[in-house]
Formats: sequence, C-alpha cells, structure tokens
Amino acid sequence: MMLEVRDLKVHFDVSRRGRGRTVVQAVNEVSLHLERGEALGLVGESGSGKSTVGKAILQLVRPNAGSIRVGGEEMTQPDRERETRLRRTAQMVFQDPHSSLNPRMTILRSVAEPMILHTRLRGQAMRARVAELLGIVGLPQHFQFRYPHELSGGQKQRVCIARAIALDPDLLILDEPTSALDVSVQAQILEFLRSLQQDRGLSYLFISHNLAVVRHLCNRVAVMYLGRIVEEGPTEEVFRSPQHPYTRALLGAVPLPQARQPLAGDPLTGDIPSPVDLPPGCSFTSRCPQAIGGLCDVRAPDDFVRGPGHRARCHLHDPARA
Amino acid sequence: MTESALQRDLPTTDPTWAERNHAALRTLRLYVRTLFRNASAVLGLGLVLFFLAIAAVGPWIIPYPEDAAGAVHMDRKLQPPSAEHWFGTDEVGNDVFSRVVLGTRLTLQIALIVTGVAILIGVPLGMIAGYVGGAVQEVIMRVTDIFLGVPGLILAIAIVGALGPGIANAMLALSLVWWPGYVRLVQAKTLSLKNEIYVDAARSMGAGPMRIVFVHLLPNCTSPIVVKASMDMGMAILGAASLGFLGLGAQPPEPEWGAMISIARNYLPDWWWYSFFPGLAIFITVMGFNLLGDGLRDILDPQHRE
Repeated sequence: MMLEVRDLKVHFDVSRRGRGRTVVQAVNEVSLHLERGEALGLVGESGSGKSTVGKAILQLVRPNAGSIRVGGEEMTQPDRERETRLRRTAQMVFQDPHSSLNPRMTILRSVAEPMILHTRLRGQAMRARVAELLGIVGLPQHFQFRYPHELSGGQKQRVCIARAIALDPDLLILDEPTSALDVSVQAQILEFLRSLQQDRGLSYLFISHNLAVVRHLCNRVAVMYLGRIVEEGPTEEVFRSPQHPYTRALLGAVPLPQARQPLAGDPLTGDIPSPVDLPPGCSFTSRCPQAIGGLCDVRAPDDFVRGPGHRARCHLHDPARA
Repeated sequence: MTESALQRDLPTTDPTWAERNHAALRTLRLYVRTLFRNASAVLGLGLVLFFLAIAAVGPWIIPYPEDAAGAVHMDRKLQPPSAEHWFGTDEVGNDVFSRVVLGTRLTLQIALIVTGVAILIGVPLGMIAGYVGGAVQEVIMRVTDIFLGVPGLILAIAIVGALGPGIANAMLALSLVWWPGYVRLVQAKTLSLKNEIYVDAARSMGAGPMRIVFVHLLPNCTSPIVVKASMDMGMAILGAASLGFLGLGAQPPEPEWGAMISIARNYLPDWWWYSFFPGLAIFITVMGFNLLGDGLRDILDPQHRE
C-alpha cells in the first residue's frame, strides 16, 4: 500500500479580532488509500478541503487527528529521519506553476534543490542530472540557465514536475496541476503525466475539480464535500452510476458535447456552506434535492457500501431505513 | 519519448560561461536599459558616483590639506570665492573648498555606517517577526512601533545628549533610530512572501527554516531593501548634518558639513559662501541618493515592468 490515510482531521484556528476564536473544519474524518501504481482522483469544489488533504500528507499543515501512512510507514508526526524518507518518497506538484518557482532562482537551481537537500550530488554531476530531468519532461537543455519569468505556464509546470521527480519518488501528489494552464497546454501536460506514470510506475493522488481530467487519468475517484469524502469508487463505476446526490449533481454540471441533451442530474443551487459553523447532520442537506427532512438535517449519515470498492455517505442508501 | 533516448541526445560539452550566465546577463542588460531611459535616475547615479569619487580621492586633490585639521591663517580669513580659494575662506582663513571636499568622505562614511547598521539590525528582526509570527512577532513589532512613534531626530538628539557629543555617538544614535523602518518593510514583505507557493514547495522538499529564510525569502526581499537603503543614505546624511549643526555630531574643526554650517550661520548674510557651499554639498548628495532610489525602484519593482 503506497498511501493510507485514516480518519484525518485538519482544523484551522482562526482568531477573529474581537469575536473570539473559531475553528474551520477543513478536513473531517477523511480516509483514503492508494495502491502502488494507482491513480486516485480527489474531486471537490473549491473549499472542500481536497488541497488540505494533500498538504497534510506532506506535513505542510499539521493534522489534528488521524493517521497517515506512506509506503507502509507511519508519517503522522515523523521524526527527522522518517521525515527525510517521506520527502524522498512523496513529492507534490502545485496548482499555480507561476508562483511555484522561486523567481530569483534559475531553473537549474530550482530543479537541483531536492538534490542539494537530500543527496551528495553537486557540481557537474548535479548539472547532468538536472539536464537529464529536463530531458524527461521534454524541455531543452539551455532552459536550465533561465529564470521562471522567461518560461510559459506549461513550461514552468514541466519544470515543477522535473523538480518533483528529481529524487525518484514513488508517490506524486498533484494539486490541480493543470487548472492554471491554457486548455491546449492542459492536454499536453495531462498526456505527459499519464506517460510518466506508466514509465515509472508512479502512484498519483490527483487533486482536481475537473471531472473530465480525473476520468481520463485516474483508476479510482473520491468525491469530497465540506471536508468529508461523500463517495468513493472505481472511476468508471462512479461515473456510470453515481450514488451520492452530490456526485450526481457534479456530473450533471459537466457540459456535454451533444446538443439538447438534458443535464443528467439536478443542478446545484446555492453556495457551499461555511466550514466554520457546520450544520448538524449531513453537511450537504442545504443543497440536496433529495434531502429527507427530520433525518438528513439531524443525523450525519454513515458510509454505505454500494458495490465492490464503491461506497457513499448518504442516508438514501441506508438499508435500515427501508 | 523514453528516458534513454533523451539521455543519448544530451550535449556532452560543458556550457560556456556566457551560456551559464545567459539569464543573469539578460537581466543586467534590462536593468541598464531601464536605468538609462530614466533621466533623473541617471542624474542620481551620476551624482552619487561623483561624490563617491570625491570621497575616494579627496585627500589627494585638495589644495590646502592642512586646513582640514584646523590650521589658522588669520591673514586670509573670510575671503570671497576666488581663483585661489574656489569656495572662499572661513573665519580662521581655512579654504572652504578643501574642507567641503574632505567632508564628503566623512559624510558618506557616516551615512554608509548608519544605513548598514540599520539594515543589519532591522532586516533579521523583520524576517524573524514575519516568518515566525505569533508572540515573537507581536513583541518585535510593538517595540518597533514605539521607536517609529518617536520622531527619529528627536530620539537621536536625546541619545547623543545622554552619551555626549561626537561623531561615533552620533552614528550610534542615528543607527539606533534608523532600524525600525527596515523591520516594518521586511516584516510586511516576509508576511506576503511566506505564503507564496514556492515556499510551500521548498518545505515539501524538506528545506529547513534557515534555508527558507536565506535562500527563498531574503533574495526576494532585496529589491525594496536596496531602494530604501538608497533613500536612507540621503536621509542619514541629512540626519548627521543636523546633529552636526546642533553641535551634537562632529565637532569643529572636523570638516563635517553640518558642523561647518552651524558656525557659518553666524557669518550670514555678508560671508554667504562659508555656509552656502557646505549646504549645497548636502543638498546635492541627498538629492542624488533620492533620485537614485527612485530610479532603482523603477528598475527593481517587477510591477513596473512586464
């Protein structure tokens, strides 16, 4: 098992001047797992906490509870030695390539940074490795002497990918790696990520709000809403028969190429509620077209198995209810 | 594309110096071009370079070297500007030109040391406050606020008053009132920079706090620091001259511009050249540094470019 997250909770303390402290429940009891060589898509609206999950795995935010195992090793509160192993095993590619590279560093120095931090590679050997990495991501050699502002968005994202794979990690966390790019460039990067995964047997945790992209790249998909995973299953299964009303609405919101085809689900209305004061019960109740009064707004639903590896967190699927 | 195919295509020759520094050279050329399109910045740079040159060669070009140390030539006191004494002479017959030229070195030294010490104190404190945050930040910033709340020159006067007049004490006092500006500047910049994604990326690669501060944050703070330092050089010259004028800085017969004016004002308006030329020197250096600072802001501030 490459990655196993269990009951992860990330809460942020937000002190508001004069109004005391409040807690933002960014991630609540999230569990997910990722096999070696697998690609798991983590889907949700902005504010659903999907990026926070990725950051918590790499210790960029401190989880309040739960456990994270990377490569079979407990990484929830790692000591120095384990943290070093974590950094060599798992790397992240961030959403906005324009600000993911230090503007004062040449591409050479940016890509070489993980080697400086974790290996003894220096000088000539390090430059050769950087050149090799640039070759892998399909960038010309002389780019290593350029600064980020001289590169296009897609080129910068390739540099970020080169940096992320510099230490031959097993797991890549891709946090919306294409959403800041032009559509034509998006396709190139996605194609490249796909072949990279096949060539190197990488595991991907692919964080995105773009369902089409996830369908293209991932074997399994987990849908997040307000810090919880509401549905999880094999990609084809989830796209063919979504079980949670939220997933249905998300799929319905994807524009289809056919003309006059009605939207598959009910379109979502309203905004995602604030994660500061979560309502009791299922947090999707306020926007759910199938909400059951007196149940959904009172008690939070459990996870119900809906097929092999397919589960949904919704009262509609409670066998005890029927 | 497979990895091995690409590896075979790699160039085997080492990149040349020009290739390796291609980006830096381009940036430098851009800076120079931007600077030379800005007339006032060129003027500022010219003035600063001019005064630096004067300071460097001062002792060797002055016509009356002994006048700097307080020689007395009562036979030629208070003479108006002439071919022999370009800026006239003072009340004890010293050549004002010689003294103004020598004063350049002293003045620039004071300005450089005051600004340097202010940066050495202010920048690390601002970095720590901005990066660490929390209670540490509160303490540093509140102390800074207290210093910023008191007018700098008044505080400097109080400090010199307590320590006793003199150049060293004047520099110490000015340094002590100068650093809070840098704390403010660097703290604000660090606060915004530490949320940049590349800082997160560096952390995700395992960079420690020291590396993040010195490799990722500090180089991105240098532009506003350089701009402010250039402006502050001018302000520090003014501050040192003010202390000298009040009799708290350099002491006569030390050839310091402020101290010269403080005596020379007794001889106004009939012997105007005595105070006019040191005053002119102060005016032009301060203006030079300010123009240069303005120009540097245009060059280094990326928002002005692109």
